[in-house]
Amino acid sequence: MPELTNKERMAIPRQPMPEQDPEARSRNFEEVNLGLTEELARMEAERCIRCPKPLCIAGCPVEVKIPEFIELIAVGDFAGAAAKLKEDNSLPAICGRVCPQEEQCEIKCVVGKKNEPVAIGRLERFAADWERVNLGIQAPKVAESTGKKIAIVGGGPAGLSCAGDLVQWGYDVTVFEALHEIGGVLVYGIPEFRLPKSIVKAEVEGLEKLGVKFQTNYVVGMTETVDEMLEHFDAVFLGVGAGLPYFMNIPGEHLIGVYSANEFLTRVNLMKAYDFPNYDTPMIDVHGKNVAVIGGGNTAMDAVRTALRLGASRAVIVYRRSEAEMPARIEEIHHAKEEGVEFMLLHSPLELKGDENGWLTSMVLQKMELGEPDDSGRRRPVPIEGAVEEMPVSVVVVAIGNGSNPIIHRTTPDLAVNKWGNIVVDGDTMKTNKKGVFAGGDIVTGGATVILAMGAGRTAAKAIHEYLQNPETW
Amino acid sequence: MNKIIEANFQAPDVKFFRIEAPHVARKRKAGQFIILRVDEFGERIPLTIADSDAENGTISIIVQGIGKTTKKLNTLEAGDYVRDLVGPLGTPSHVENFGTAVSIGGGVGTAIAYPTAVALKEAGNRVISIIGGRSKEYVILENEMKQICDEVYPTTDDGSYGYHGFVTGKLQELIDEGKKIDFVLAIGPIPMMKAVAEVTRPYGIKTVVSLNPIMVDGTGMCGGCRAIVDGEPVFVCVEGPEFDAHKVDFDVLTSRNRTYILQEKKALESFHECKLEKKIDEAVVEQKSAEEVTHA
Ligand SMILES: Cc1cc2nc3c(=O)[nH]c(=O)nc-3n(C[C@H](O)[C@H](O)[C@H](O)COP(=O)(O)OP(=O)(O)OC[C@H]3O[C@@H](n4cnc5c(N)ncnc54)[C@H](O)[C@@H]3O)c2cc1C
Ligand SMILES: Cc1cc2nc3c(=O)[nH]c(=O)nc-3n(C[C@H](O)[C@H](O)[C@H](O)COP(=O)(O)OP(=O)(O)OC[C@H]3O[C@@H](n4cnc5c(N)ncnc54)[C@H](O)[C@@H]3O)c2cc1C
Ligand code: SF4
Ligand code: FES
Repeated sequence: MPELTNKERMAIPRQPMPEQDPEARSRNFEEVNLGLTEELARMEAERCIRCPKPLCIAGCPVEVKIPEFIELIAVGDFAGAAAKLKEDNSLPAICGRVCPQEEQCEIKCVVGKKNEPVAIGRLERFAADWERVNLGIQAPKVAESTGKKIAIVGGGPAGLSCAGDLVQWGYDVTVFEALHEIGGVLVYGIPEFRLPKSIVKAEVEGLEKLGVKFQTNYVVGMTETVDEMLEHFDAVFLGVGAGLPYFMNIPGEHLIGVYSANEFLTRVNLMKAYDFPNYDTPMIDVHGKNVAVIGGGNTAMDAVRTALRLGASRAVIVYRRSEAEMPARIEEIHHAKEEGVEFMLLHSPLELKGDENGWLTSMVLQKMELGEPDDSGRRRPVPIEGAVEEMPVSVVVVAIGNGSNPIIHRTTPDLAVNKWGNIVVDGDTMKTNKKGVFAGGDIVTGGATVILAMGAGRTAAKAIHEYLQNPETW
Repeated sequence: MNKIIEANFQAPDVKFFRIEAPHVARKRKAGQFIILRVDEFGERIPLTIADSDAENGTISIIVQGIGKTTKKLNTLEAGDYVRDLVGPLGTPSHVENFGTAVSIGGGVGTAIAYPTAVALKEAGNRVISIIGGRSKEYVILENEMKQICDEVYPTTDDGSYGYHGFVTGKLQELIDEGKKIDFVLAIGPIPMMKAVAEVTRPYGIKTVVSLNPIMVDGTGMCGGCRAIVDGEPVFVCVEGPEFDAHKVDFDVLTSRNRTYILQEKKALESFHECKLEKKIDEAVVEQKSAEEVTHA
């Protein structure tokens, strides 16, 4: 393509993401977004006006060199684009799929002032996928061995990215994971239709090739404490995520049919309950039943869309604020609607009711309206007096967030945590108060995003590297 | 992958396994459990660590084959492997010198109670063990219990061995005899644990039970194992499995454990069919090779 003027670039419409048909996909677990073709990607890349002072970069938590990788796509150097991405983001195929671009990089994009912003996330995904399919995951050069050993606790994005950097710098790195598979939320939480597990697997295999060792079925704190690890590792990174589901504390939450989103999604994703009885893990049969999911975040969207795919006749989001306050990615809300998910906004559950055998039968809801803004700046929902209704429902999935899992801090009594149990770290280095121990990701921030966890893992890797050059200084 | 070193039946459908698990053996304390997955398609099920040998890096479990997963597990032999095994999980038993402690086990519950009975003895208690079984062949670990306990009473529902009746009958008898009992540990089917709690409640005897809710991760991540204790929800895999029997809502536990009753039936049927098919396949192969022999 000849060199375009900015005006010409701005005139190109945002290229559509090829998707599975909503009707079909709402009954299968295959990926919804099919990915841009080479032609679509190069056309989309031409929409970037190559700002001399790109604002998008500042919007990205890890400051991916966005215009540079996009330009490489535009000229057809897809391998170069992937390499450029990896300078800052170790998991671009994943971030391209799950980052909330509309509030990070794309919201800052100047093209978006008048038209739709450049589809940065889709291009990121394109380049990373192209590399994986055509070249396999590229193994960077590994530095000479430092002879030092690092334990990474937790195989989520924080742990994996920390491991990826350290192994390249010549460290002997072992990832310890509680579950039987590596990936954290990427494998047990985010469903196949949004993030195929083969992509996570390819990343893990890439790390394995570099020499990272993986020890699954290892609950740090129980199988071995952090203090015991420090006896044979030079440093420990804690990336254990925010794995303790909150319930609503309303009557009836013990009824059969009430799941936490973690349990619901783990059964389906990690344990493959959708393929019962070929896989042994069961799931309550939701065929022809009403399923309500409480919450408005990505987790809630994943759960409700999973319920549809499992055969629910009605899959409903129940959220106590309005759509504008929903924390989920816009694309997920949009996809959920297309697939037939119903939204009951400004409704808050009061009670769950069951039959004499303990099976959930209905949910009592309080209608809300929006009042004054709260601390988070979102308008606070307030109950409308007397506006109470009851809805028949067989399964309720509670997706109102996660607290921090107590295992690590109970077994590491001198590790500083805040009142919510999140590990306290120095923001620049991810150092905890305990010598040789670093932490990052959801266990520090509370439930956040993949890119923030990944960024924290890399920041910690740098700090671990510096610390081990000079271990006397802590 | 964890290798099975030893495997043998102790009672009909109750199998003892010694499995390589050095990390678990090193750390485990009485009252803790593991979660294992038999194969790639398997579900994660919790099993109590009956014993461990840190030096040789092995743990022992005793498994009652009641559904697909436990029956599949019980087909494995020494030399086979289980796909995944993680632990030790849960809070160890709270053990102190109470005075006289009664350990009650119903069916495979005796295996779960055994390590804690050992720990109670080591802590200086006088330990009485009641071992319940449907009939004689279901009474397990009697010899092992005899080695560590001061008194051992087998009971059978049908009277084929020991005391004729339920474990609660024997317990009541001991109380009526005027034995001073300071502590009761009861592990077995939920109705048994509930009944024991009712026997000891009027006497104010401290009673602990080990709850067996359905689990997935066993680390507090899913909340599926929640039970109601003292009116509050608890995650049994982290806070338990042992709780004050007088505070547990057994009815909620009973109903929640029935969540997958339909699926469990289906799974078991498909397992039996599968085994049957395998037998038929084997028979066909045998027949074929027999035919080959005759043709040759
Ligand atoms: C359903 C769902 C959907 C989401 N969707 C999005 C999205 O679209 N976009 C986005 O950016 N973010 C999303 N998030 C959030 C994102 O997944 C998390 O912020 C991110 O995964 C955090 O990474 P982490 O590495 O800190 O922790 P995790 O991914 O939680 O990984 C932690 C790992 O540590 C292991 N672990 C825990 N305790 C121990 C222990 N004691 N010993 C050993 N291992 C241990 C856990 O088993 C787990 O594998 C979603 C989250 C959920 C639950
Ligand atoms: C802490 C703990 C320790 C245990 N220790 C032992 C032991 O030492 N020996 C032993 O034989 N059994 C033990 N159990 C019980 C054992 O886990 C169940 O018998 C087993 O999971 C049944 O699986 P199944 O597929 O064979 O049977 P299914 O037909 O699937 O289920 C039979 C019943 O087992 C229970 N169950 C089913 N799935 C699970 C699951 N994933 N987790 C927990 N319970 C489930 C349910 O009540 C169900 O109705 C223990 C349970 C717990 C919670
Ligand atoms: S990593 Fe996320 S925020 Fe950064 S450029 Fe990619 S999509 Fe945007
Ligand atoms: S088994 Fe998942 S929280 Fe206990």
